[in-house]
Amino acid sequence: MSNLETKPADGVAAGSQVNPVENRFTNKFAHILSDLGKNGIFLALILVVVLFSVLTNGILLRPQNISNLIVQNGYILVLAIGMVMVIIAGHIDLSVGSVAAFVGAVSGVFAVDWGLPWWLSIILSLLVGALVGVWQGFWIAFVGIPAFIVTLAGMLIFRGLALVVLGSASIGSFPGEYRALGNGFLSNIFGEFEIDPFTLGVAAIAILALVVQQFRTRAGRSSYGQAVEPLAWFVAKLVLIAAAIGFFAYELASYKGIPATLIVLAVLVLVYGIVMNRSVFGRHVYAIGGNLHAAELSGIKTRNVTFWLFVNMGFLAALAGLIFTARLNLAGPKAGDGFELEAISAAFIGGAAVQGGVGTIGGAIIGGLIIGVLNNGMSIMGIGIEWQQAVKGLVLLFAVAFDVYNKRRSGGR
Amino acid sequence: MTDKVDAPLNILEMRGITKTFPGVKALQDVTIEVGRGQVHAICGENGAGKSTLMKVLSGVYPFGTYEGDIVFENKIVEFKDIRDSEAEGIVIIHQELALSPYLSIAENIFLNNEQRGGLGLIDWNKTNAEAAKLLARVGLRENPTTKIMDIGVGKQQLVEIAKALSKRVKLLILDEPTAALNDDDSDHLLNLILHLKEQGITAIIISHKLNEIKKVADSVTVIRDGKTIETISKSDVTEERIIKDMVGRDLENRYPDHTPHIGDEILRVEDWTAHHPQDVNRVVVDNVNINVRRGEIVGIAGLMGAGRTEFAMSLFGRSYGSKISGRVFKNGVEIKTRTVSEAIANGLAYATEDRKTYGLNLIDDIKRNISMAALKKLEKLGLVNDGQEWTVANEYRKSMNIKSPTVLAKTGKLSGGNQQKVVLSKWIYSDPDVLILDEPTRGIDVGAKYEIYSIINKLAAEGKGVIVISSELPELLGICDRIYALSEGRITGELPIEEASPEALLKLMTMEKAR
Repeated sequence: MSNLETKPADGVAAGSQVNPVENRFTNKFAHILSDLGKNGIFLALILVVVLFSVLTNGILLRPQNISNLIVQNGYILVLAIGMVMVIIAGHIDLSVGSVAAFVGAVSGVFAVDWGLPWWLSIILSLLVGALVGVWQGFWIAFVGIPAFIVTLAGMLIFRGLALVVLGSASIGSFPGEYRALGNGFLSNIFGEFEIDPFTLGVAAIAILALVVQQFRTRAGRSSYGQAVEPLAWFVAKLVLIAAAIGFFAYELASYKGIPATLIVLAVLVLVYGIVMNRSVFGRHVYAIGGNLHAAELSGIKTRNVTFWLFVNMGFLAALAGLIFTARLNLAGPKAGDGFELEAISAAFIGGAAVQGGVGTIGGAIIGGLIIGVLNNGMSIMGIGIEWQQAVKGLVLLFAVAFDVYNKRRSGGR
Repeated sequence: MTDKVDAPLNILEMRGITKTFPGVKALQDVTIEVGRGQVHAICGENGAGKSTLMKVLSGVYPFGTYEGDIVFENKIVEFKDIRDSEAEGIVIIHQELALSPYLSIAENIFLNNEQRGGLGLIDWNKTNAEAAKLLARVGLRENPTTKIMDIGVGKQQLVEIAKALSKRVKLLILDEPTAALNDDDSDHLLNLILHLKEQGITAIIISHKLNEIKKVADSVTVIRDGKTIETISKSDVTEERIIKDMVGRDLENRYPDHTPHIGDEILRVEDWTAHHPQDVNRVVVDNVNINVRRGEIVGIAGLMGAGRTEFAMSLFGRSYGSKISGRVFKNGVEIKTRTVSEAIANGLAYATEDRKTYGLNLIDDIKRNISMAALKKLEKLGLVNDGQEWTVANEYRKSMNIKSPTVLAKTGKLSGGNQQKVVLSKWIYSDPDVLILDEPTRGIDVGAKYEIYSIINKLAAEGKGVIVISSELPELLGICDRIYALSEGRITGELPIEEASPEALLKLMTMEKAR
């Protein structure tokens, strides 16, 4: 059997000696194809954006709308980051919407009813979220109750507690600094301009950092003798991404500047991206989702990892709840309704696997953006909420079906 | 041939059965004859082809995928699947029982053969009444509505037989029926087989427990390397003869040379006992004492169900079992191995017998699988050094000769031999002092086996202690310096390689508790 399976590899090696030119060409081509395959979700986002730009006569890409897109979807994206990590480990969290509502209500008590300083309210609220995570993580990791059940219970428990805290009313009129979390913009640092130079400056720094980081990674890889993609393709991709960031920043700069939510998101994506890609903890999460038994027998403390994943999810759910409450300037009983489903959809559209072991932070963010653009685009077009629901459902189904089909075709499991 | 049509003494004849898997001849011209109303035993080492033969007979491997004829009740039969063979009255009871734990005894007995009343709905009174009758026949005093999960393995075995009876079985095949049973349950089962024989039911029993074969079998067929060696009738059965038939193969030079340089004791396990994880009163590993010295390759020989893997896994971070007791010493100092990470930190490594289920993350690449047990070595401030990891993985790819274009290939797509090399790389990179290798060459072709043996030799030459668990005696005899025999969870003997022979080992491996 091993003979059969090693043959293709030998074949490639032999081919490269016989016909190097053709091989280099196909190599280049293969890189592009494999990138397209890997970034299919990214292409899907571009497709959806283009589609709705046309359907909305360009309203979708207007500065104000782009800014809205970020602010309206920020909390879903925050949840999607935590959710995809939970899903990679082979679990699920149905409670995040209720937890967001509960923490929003609690923060209202802190900031409004008790009049605590805004920063203390935020810290305490995040702590409450983490404690919720401790509670759920305990049952899942150490008692061994399936996450589906624990978080389904959590969905009811924390929705109920949110109502208890609110006492059949809503809490409103939060302090301005608190509200900035959802509504604030960073701009006009250098004074009033038509196009905010601060926003453009931040974008320029971001692009520069990205380019430097990408080149360093590439150089690092080739210094270890790892195969890297052809330079031309690499540069082309970078230029494309830089252009996208530039356009995006220009749009924001000509509206109100950088939304505070975007800054929070950027920090989260950066930190959690490193955690999942480069940290030992992230490796352990992938290992647990890929094969729990093998992870256990490799000495990974699987229970601890699971526990901390849910603590983290509680923390992020709290953050999402704060952003949402700040945006509405109101902690209400219906807050967070259906958030869990949007976050889960985002993770799966972004390529996470139901069996666990597969998924990325970037994918979940893009998945969340696709849902956001769908919501936003259809709203602009005046499509009713009922059809929006149906379309989103179909997109989720087709996205995952496409993923499954792709994997089957490439011979994966 | 025609004379047999007139005198159907044999209920079953399998003539010249040959079964080929890609690259392997699992059965070669196997012929057995089973007399009507007899109990026929089939004996052979693990992997000799016993189960394959029974799968051919029961239609698991359908007609057309094997060569030769199956003659049942005087006619050539061509089973397409298990249903076909069951329709003829051939029922096989596998070692892994096929019962649904959450259904009742009666529901299990009539699964897919439901007792229907009017409107095609299930007639529960009839179901339970018929089940009660069948239970009486197998001597099981349980309420038919009791759930399978609430009765022990011995009783479950009886339910399987009752289920077979419900299908009007003529030929009952039992695959190692007593492997998981205690003595009382075994006795009951064997008596039941004799009792059913009086009622005219023919049985084939696959077993390597010699005393139970002597108790129930009218004749014994020994299979080795996919061939029938001989059929012995009851009066001629002796332990020596069966053992000689089971092992009598020539040892070719399939093992690399190994000159041991044995040093001081590196690991000693004292009084190690472990119980079954669910059935906590059942002792699976019974007071095991073993030791390993530096540079030594120590074998553990044991038949299926002897507790080899259970011993290793209970030792390695209590990954198996309950109520585990015993002491472990490394270099004379007592160490704890309560969790896997503690075991690894104390210099133990365990490469599993089932690499797909317990050894590898099949959806991840070679690189990350190799580093999985020793990420600490690549870590700085919680971050993994990717470049160093890549270098390490490539070193192992070269030194272990893992056949893959890059270390970014998914392990799920590698051949068995290459997967095993990844598993070994993982454990060698974790820098252990003692490696426990459980069936290190299972499902691997001959060439890769030789490579694995060379790696084992090299580890020993580096001064590590290596424990090899294997069900292939020639393999143990070919690579080990000393071999322990394990039977029913106990160490029944210890032989230096000079004194070890297949006969001597098999005698120890089949040594049973005094009854």
